[in-house]
Amino acid sequence: MRGLRELTKTSIILYIREPIAAFFTLAFPTMLIIIFGAMYGNDPSPLFGGLGSMDVSMPAYSALILGTIGLLSVPITTAGYREQGVLRRFRATPMQPLTYIVSDLLTNLAMTILGMALLFTVGWLLYRVQFAGNILLLLFAVILSGLAMSSMGYLIASLASGARVAQVIGMVIFYPMMFLSGAGMPIELLPPSLQRVSDFLPLTYVARLLRGLWFGEPLVDHLFEVVVLIGILVVFGGAAARYFRWE
Amino acid sequence: MAPILEVIDLVKCYGDLRAVDGVTFTVDEGEIFGMVGPNGAGKTTTIECLEGLRQPDDGRVTVYGKDPHEDTRAVMERIGIQLQESDLPSRLRVREALNLFASFYAESVDLEMLLERMGLQEKARSPVTKLSGGQKQRLFIALALINRPDVVFLDELTTGLDPQARRSMWDLVREIRDQGSTVFLTTHYMEEAERLCDRVAIMDHGQLVALDSPRELIRSLGIEKRLSFIPLNGSADLDLEALPDVEHVERGQDRVIVSGSGKRFISMVVNALEDSGVDFDDLRTEQPNLEDVFLSLTGRALRE
Repeated sequence: MRGLRELTKTSIILYIREPIAAFFTLAFPTMLIIIFGAMYGNDPSPLFGGLGSMDVSMPAYSALILGTIGLLSVPITTAGYREQGVLRRFRATPMQPLTYIVSDLLTNLAMTILGMALLFTVGWLLYRVQFAGNILLLLFAVILSGLAMSSMGYLIASLASGARVAQVIGMVIFYPMMFLSGAGMPIELLPPSLQRVSDFLPLTYVARLLRGLWFGEPLVDHLFEVVVLIGILVVFGGAAARYFRWE
Repeated sequence: MAPILEVIDLVKCYGDLRAVDGVTFTVDEGEIFGMVGPNGAGKTTTIECLEGLRQPDDGRVTVYGKDPHEDTRAVMERIGIQLQESDLPSRLRVREALNLFASFYAESVDLEMLLERMGLQEKARSPVTKLSGGQKQRLFIALALINRPDVVFLDELTTGLDPQARRSMWDLVREIRDQGSTVFLTTHYMEEAERLCDRVAIMDHGQLVALDSPRELIRSLGIEKRLSFIPLNGSADLDLEALPDVEHVERGQDRVIVSGSGKRFISMVVNALEDSGVDFDDLRTEQPNLEDVFLSLTGRALRE
């Protein structure tokens, strides 16, 4: 347990020390709020069912944070640690491999929550954005989404030869999803044909689930999203466990 | 004394290559045991099987009677490992690295004392990337000593270090042993093995070609010693070839080189010079070393 605690603490410190990762997780979504808020404001709009553009951006950018961490941070860090021999060095101790993975997941959860807290604080200060849901249900959705996105990230790390390749694969998968899933911009702004594409993107289900729960819709209305995310976790997590390499 | 490390008929293949091909030896408590040989001889594979990082294809390795690949956790608690190719996260600082690795073990040494012993107190707040090669290597040794291990594995400890840093590493290794740990090291520097190790295993092409103390290895092979001098008078008449331990005499322009073997070779030659009244200058003797042993065992020179 002491190993898990120290490793998680150290990983969080290292995450924050890494300027690019910290920027995309913490600063970028907050920056989007400031920029798009200045452009569109937060007046109630029939397009968003009477909510403001910044209101709906809160859960959307939360999904963006989950996607960034799962599909970029996880594969780049994991493949990089493997390439440099950091994982080898960890393996040459009594620390269990499971401890490493659990610590990584806890670190990413902490960074997600930190990013979302920063996002909400800025949104509330500037536009008095509302959270109308149940915080425990939201936490459940964040954990499930984080596990599903990270399982994809670990699979990318397992299949890529090194950090560079992992980064390219992560970006190729992440950037189209950012625009087409409703995480980077409201899905309502897309033409119907592109909205249909979003049905095939994993991040869409994160964005839909978070948006529903953020505004207080009951979980039963979103069981489909929950099932899809569990499916992603099982399939990608299983494949990642099968192909994971320590060196 | 019961051996603490046992390697019995160890085989490890990578594809068609038999990297370790039937190696058997044991290591006793308290010794500095060295494994030498050229790159690709199977040293690292052997050490990594003992560390539990690789699974043998055949044969058996035990550490304190336990299989390191099965009982990994229990074995890891008792051993310290310095890996040939490994790294730490680049932004991790020295003291943070020690704190982190200490948390992986049930017990650890006093970290401030460890920093001091490794000469790293000044660098405690430095990121790993800002360390010199020697400092980084000392940090990796610190990580290997953090649990006060009974056995320390050092894989190519001094590769890439300058001669001065290498010598200070040798002192450190002796100190580790003097404080009660058994040391298992690999190196491709014969001089290092000869100066540092109580016993040396010579590996070549995945096989153990010799195992003994450096002195015995050199002695048992009866490798020639060489003695040379500059004669000042009358050496032409001297029949050194007639001496029983002398095998070969080479007369150069001004220097005479005499080769031979046997315990009394040198005194015999010097006495013969004295007895026949030959004055000489710049007498040099050349003792055979492990390089010569490797050459005589494999027919090849070991060069970096």
